[in-house]
Amino acid sequence: MGLFVTVKLNPERCQDGCQACLDVCPVNIFKLEGGKVKVVAENEDECTFCELCLERCKNKSVEIIKNY
Amino acid sequence: MAVLIDDRTRILVQGITGREAATFTKDMMDYGSKVVAGVTPGKQGQTVHGIPVFDTVKEAVEKQKANAAVVSVPPAFAKDAVMEAADCGLSPIACLTERIPKRDVIEMVAYADLKGVKIIGPNSPGVISPAKRSKLGFLGGNNPERAFRPGHIGVISRSGGMCTEVANLVSNAGMGISTAIGMGGDSVVGSTYLDLFPLFEQDPETHAMVLFCEPGGTKEDVLAEWIPGHFTKPVVAFFGGKFVDNMPGMRFGHASVIVRPGSGATRDKTRLFQQAGVKVVEVYSDIPKALKELLREKEKAAGRKIAVPRKKAAPAKRAVKKIGKNRKSKKGGKKQ
Amino acid sequence: MRLYEYEGKILAQKVGIPIPAGKMVDSPEAAREVARDLKGEVVIKAQILLGGRGKAGGVKFARDPEEAERLTREMLAGKIRDRKVEKVLVEKKLEIIEEMYLGITIDEIKKRMILLAGRTGGVEVEAIAQKPGAGFARFHVDPFIGVPGFRAKELAKHLGAADKGLGALSNIVSRLYGLTQKFDASVAEINPLVKTKNGSYLAADCRVEIDDDALFRQKELESFGIFPREERGREPTELERKGAEIDRVDHRGVAGRVVEFEGDTGLIIGGGGASLTVFDAILKYGGKPANYCEIGGNPTVKKVQLLTELILSKPGVKRLAVITNVLSNTRVDLVARGVIKGMLNRGIDPKKFPVVFRVPGAWEDEGFKILNKYGIKYFERAHTMDEAAKYVVEMGKS
Ligand code: SF4
Ligand code: SF4
Repeated sequence: MGLFVTVKLNPERCQDGCQACLDVCPVNIFKLEGGKVKVVAENEDECTFCELCLERCKNKSVEIIKNY
Repeated sequence: MAVLIDDRTRILVQGITGREAATFTKDMMDYGSKVVAGVTPGKQGQTVHGIPVFDTVKEAVEKQKANAAVVSVPPAFAKDAVMEAADCGLSPIACLTERIPKRDVIEMVAYADLKGVKIIGPNSPGVISPAKRSKLGFLGGNNPERAFRPGHIGVISRSGGMCTEVANLVSNAGMGISTAIGMGGDSVVGSTYLDLFPLFEQDPETHAMVLFCEPGGTKEDVLAEWIPGHFTKPVVAFFGGKFVDNMPGMRFGHASVIVRPGSGATRDKTRLFQQAGVKVVEVYSDIPKALKELLREKEKAAGRKIAVPRKKAAPAKRAVKKIGKNRKSKKGGKKQ
Repeated sequence: MRLYEYEGKILAQKVGIPIPAGKMVDSPEAAREVARDLKGEVVIKAQILLGGRGKAGGVKFARDPEEAERLTREMLAGKIRDRKVEKVLVEKKLEIIEEMYLGITIDEIKKRMILLAGRTGGVEVEAIAQKPGAGFARFHVDPFIGVPGFRAKELAKHLGAADKGLGALSNIVSRLYGLTQKFDASVAEINPLVKTKNGSYLAADCRVEIDDDALFRQKELESFGIFPREERGREPTELERKGAEIDRVDHRGVAGRVVEFEGDTGLIIGGGGASLTVFDAILKYGGKPANYCEIGGNPTVKKVQLLTELILSKPGVKRLAVITNVLSNTRVDLVARGVIKGMLNRGIDPKKFPVVFRVPGAWEDEGFKILNKYGIKYFERAHTMDEAAKYVVEMGKS
């Protein structure tokens, strides 16, 4: 969880690990770890709310939460 | 009327497929500027925001009748891009690219001179004429209305950011901008104050000028020399970076901001400006106040002047008839 | 990038301008060797990137190799004009009968290179380039024509050359311009250009500045041992070095160009012109800036955070001003995030520490929300940078 932004992946929904979010995020918030897509915690606060990940994720697995 | 660009300006964007160019092209279009073509070699046939892309400027001009250019290409290609636009007679050419080798800048400027066209920049944010909703480049971003209200103040700035800041200040004070020009922060730019001031002098929409100046170089010095006898409108100037005077040899901000022994200090430039009748304000927030004062003075003076020439008008005509006896006939005129 | 004398002379030699016999060395022993090879009297010249070296004791004559060694040892141990001397140039002493000036620089008004030739040495090219007089012949070079032979001859004549000397000196004039073109030099100056007893012309000193923006295509310089380096009026401080590193973290946006000052007001300011303006304003209202810097072009949160931490790490910084001009693209909320994270990481409570924001840009409503949450005073775009500067100075006082 970042100080200003929390990016969450719903592990039940994100099953195929299609990496669409990882490809599209301009500020490297997603990473591949052990074949699964994970959130890079230290980058969460770089999120620009561009919503590209939300648009691309066909499983509606990504959630962006503002902490202010 | 405005300076350099207006609603007849048909804009070509060189490097239109680049990320930044695509963004400011959209901003220019949203503002209402007539972007008619783009050029990126090898990408003819594509479109960017519906604007057709061509391989060469020549084709773009033939097909789309462009008459001005914005150049936003990598530094190594900038000279050729500007020369290509100059070759086709486009003017002005706003060169936004930063960090172009000086040898290239000197060549492209010489070529533009040869072709009789004007280059603004390099390292310029562009040009904007608010009344005609015409802008070249990224000046004002996606919301130019906010800082650049239509009006009668001309702006020339060595800094892109301060061009917007100063315009914003002037607009907030209830005045507006005729044309604002980001001259470019490099030591060699296509158009210096000296190239631009005559245009503002002739522009009836411009009633006064504001300059954002910086330490370094001699551009302000030669302007100060030129103004008396050539420029009749009030000029307010502000210098950012007065502290640099005390740090010779150190570079701050723009490539041209460096004070050398015997040249470039704002203290000397300020003195020269003042001698030329330019009002130099110490904090930039005072720009609107200074403008208003000078404009009011000018109006008063104009009020008197208008009365005087009317009486003088008749003898002046006679003087023309008697060529070579100007003085005599003028004297005669006074007696009447 | 200003070159050392010995580097300038390498380039001069490459284009065929005669230079005195000699060699750059970095140890007293090597100086002795060179002096021995050169035979006879030599001159030891400290290699620093500043003028006025002669008067400051940076040029000394040695009669024999032992003296050359001793003088070199002294020079390398000391400072000249406050610069550490790391290298010296050992050259054969010349029998000079005449000293002249030849220089090329850029005339930013005419937008061309200007050639200057004068029969007196000892002035800096920038000082004379723009001012007529003092017996200097000047010639603006058309970049498409270059320096025609006849023009070089005229300038050589102006310098007093005659007989066989005319051809030799004309060549030096043409070649110096050639040097600027071949190596993208924005300044090339031979000062003094000397005539020796046997009638030959030599570049006794040589000052060259390479255009930083052209270094990408001047890779050849590296094969002469001339490598790109950062240039300042003085050695960078620790803080400045760290600032440069932060800017290199990634290429997105600018958050760096830090210059350290002795003050208590930390500045996070931008862009170029605005940084200059804000710095002046802080001084005017009686504040003491701890640093200069520039941010802009949408730097990442991380970069802003690191810059904030760096500035707050400077001992004695009592307040912080985050001030920019009206920005079109830079995101206010991202800058706010970075600054707040930086403060918290230094264990500073933004609610208690004097800090002011004036960053009118994109997404400002989001930015204001963040600033409100952390109790940070901010100014909207209707308020000038001057107001914000004044506020922060007074804030720290009470
Ligand atoms: S909203 Fe944009 S920046 Fe944020 S995580 Fe998604 S893709 Fe990345
Ligand atoms: S786009 Fe959605 S489904 Fe695909 S990896 Fe990202 S979160 Fe998982």
